[in-house]
Amino acid sequence: MRKKKLAGIFMSFMMAAGVLAGCGGSSTTSGEKDGETVKIGANLELSGGVASYGQSIQEGLKLAIEEINKEGIDGKKLELVTFDNKSDAAEATNGAIKLISQDKVSAIVGAATSTNTLAQVEIAQKNKTPLITPTGTNSTITSKDGVLNDFVFRTCFIDPFQGTVAANFASTDLKVKNAAIIIDSSSDYSKGLAASFQESFEGNGGKVVAEEAYVAKDTDFNAILTNIKAKNPEFIFLPGFYEEVGLIIKQARALGIDVPIMGGDGWDSPTLVDIAGADPLNNTFITNHYSSGDSDPKVQDFVKAFEGKYDGKSPDAFAALGYDTAYYIADAVKRAGSGDPEKIKKALEETDGLGLVSGNMKLDKNHDPIKAAVILEYKGGKQEFNTKVNP
Amino acid sequence: MEFLQQLVNGVSLGSIYALIALGYTMVYGIVKLINFAHGDVFMVGAFIGFYSITILDLGFFPSLLISMAVCAILGVLIERIAYKPLRNATRIAALITAIGVSLLIEYGVIYVRGAQPEAYPSDLIPATSLDFLGVKVSSQSLLILGTSVVLMILLQFIVHKTKIGKAMRAVSYDMDAARLMGINVNNTISATFAIGSALAGAAGVAFGMYYTKIEPLMGIIPGLKAFVAAVLGGIGIIPGAMVGGLLLGVIESLVSAAGFSLWRDGVAFVVLILILIFRPAGLFGKNVREKV
Repeated sequence: MRKKKLAGIFMSFMMAAGVLAGCGGSSTTSGEKDGETVKIGANLELSGGVASYGQSIQEGLKLAIEEINKEGIDGKKLELVTFDNKSDAAEATNGAIKLISQDKVSAIVGAATSTNTLAQVEIAQKNKTPLITPTGTNSTITSKDGVLNDFVFRTCFIDPFQGTVAANFASTDLKVKNAAIIIDSSSDYSKGLAASFQESFEGNGGKVVAEEAYVAKDTDFNAILTNIKAKNPEFIFLPGFYEEVGLIIKQARALGIDVPIMGGDGWDSPTLVDIAGADPLNNTFITNHYSSGDSDPKVQDFVKAFEGKYDGKSPDAFAALGYDTAYYIADAVKRAGSGDPEKIKKALEETDGLGLVSGNMKLDKNHDPIKAAVILEYKGGKQEFNTKVNP
Repeated sequence: MEFLQQLVNGVSLGSIYALIALGYTMVYGIVKLINFAHGDVFMVGAFIGFYSITILDLGFFPSLLISMAVCAILGVLIERIAYKPLRNATRIAALITAIGVSLLIEYGVIYVRGAQPEAYPSDLIPATSLDFLGVKVSSQSLLILGTSVVLMILLQFIVHKTKIGKAMRAVSYDMDAARLMGINVNNTISATFAIGSALAGAAGVAFGMYYTKIEPLMGIIPGLKAFVAAVLGGIGIIPGAMVGGLLLGVIESLVSAAGFSLWRDGVAFVVLILILIFRPAGLFGKNVREKV
């Protein structure tokens, strides 16, 4: 208890110091940032519980900055200052303060997770320094209750967006007219995806003919699947996590439901294939941020460069989004014409159709990217790149 | 047709409950103990079966037998360590111990192997769907239903026709009198636990084959449902557990079919409450007045 109190006092001192330093910094030091190098802070999970996320992002960032600095941005070079937040929210806050007040960075990249990003939002806002998370998908990072955090950006799409992408894929690529939805009613992720799917699918002229729900840890889905089968849908949207999804697909196929089934990145686990089996998974699709199997030359160049730099290691979605974040910033610095944080923020906001590995980038009014998602199809128990869908 | 399919769904779900409830009701019938660890023995059985299939590379039936044997030993150990010292204590003490044992097994397994789920190999028993007039019946659920019926008949035979069965009934009727008549009460109770737990082990392997996914907390809900099924049929009555399990499965499926899938578990416990209020001895039980 006492320890907590002390930590609280310490934190408030740190916050105050950060705010003060920031206020001073933005008025006096912004002139110096127009020099040869533009400092970019990286506040990442390099150790601790989710270290693999942070390390992947860092590898992507480093590769991109190396490439950018070969030519430079109108004579300027990017310099990366890394801070290890140890997968801890309080450390992430300290890191943001240090990067802004001591290192005087023009922008911060990080963190990998939504929680550790949220811990930095207030500091970025108060110090008027852009904060860009490559992979934080929680919608409250950029805006909460209608209030926009105007210095906060992200490179990935937010969770409900996948529902829209799936709806468009069903309507235009699979050309289905009616669909059934199965929701995990114990998960906000699932409910969010389902709601946005329904809205977009009906907007496309489709009809949702059946809606069923289950809760996490259920094992028998035959009853709800029989209900769905009776309605004869042409398509099933199943935004859940792989444990239940695997069972649902297996039982659906056993009941003779052979229509396409689709879900989001919650499916993305090798265990899904073990549970559902390879054959039942045929004719199923997921939306994801990126696929190394994408035939787009931009993606293939990136995969080749990444494997070249890191001894044949294949880049995951975190590495790709880290790489994209560096190019997103470089593009903004170029248009801002300086390392001034406020000018960079404005340029980041105005980004329009920037071509990145994970799709073309443009922001909506909530600072959330409107960009392509990748559709993967399961064939013989393996994910195969199917198509890229623009929202 | 849809209604018929839902009935079939209900029977295949219910045959799992019935399979677990058989062991439950047997232990209760003989020792008058609600063995809450039964659902967790079921889970251990599923894992033993899984490891004998994947690591020892055995077929379905050898794995089933190994799982039943290991669970029988586990059941006897649980009885000797946790329940025997409390045999003359209050009923509530034994019940609380059972809950403790249940949690110990669950978290013990998580400690040893972690909480991540495991998928049963699916190629051991051909999972074909048989088609009767548009109603799909999976061969695996027929196998489970068949196993439950065979085990029920076997149990009835053991309890009513064999010497150990006679001893069990005597112990159940009056433990002290049985002891006076030269029956080894401890061995009889151990045998009860061994048979009941072996049944749970068999149910675990069947569950793994049918539902594919197993994880350390998988025993909780089926264990509770099997308890409801046993009470529904009349706890302590072996055919009652069978009928109660099937009935509960059908009720759940029909609730989902009516569009209330989220109420499914709730309805199971409403059934328990209604039975306890209106027919405390269960569907097959006779109301026996206790002598004062």
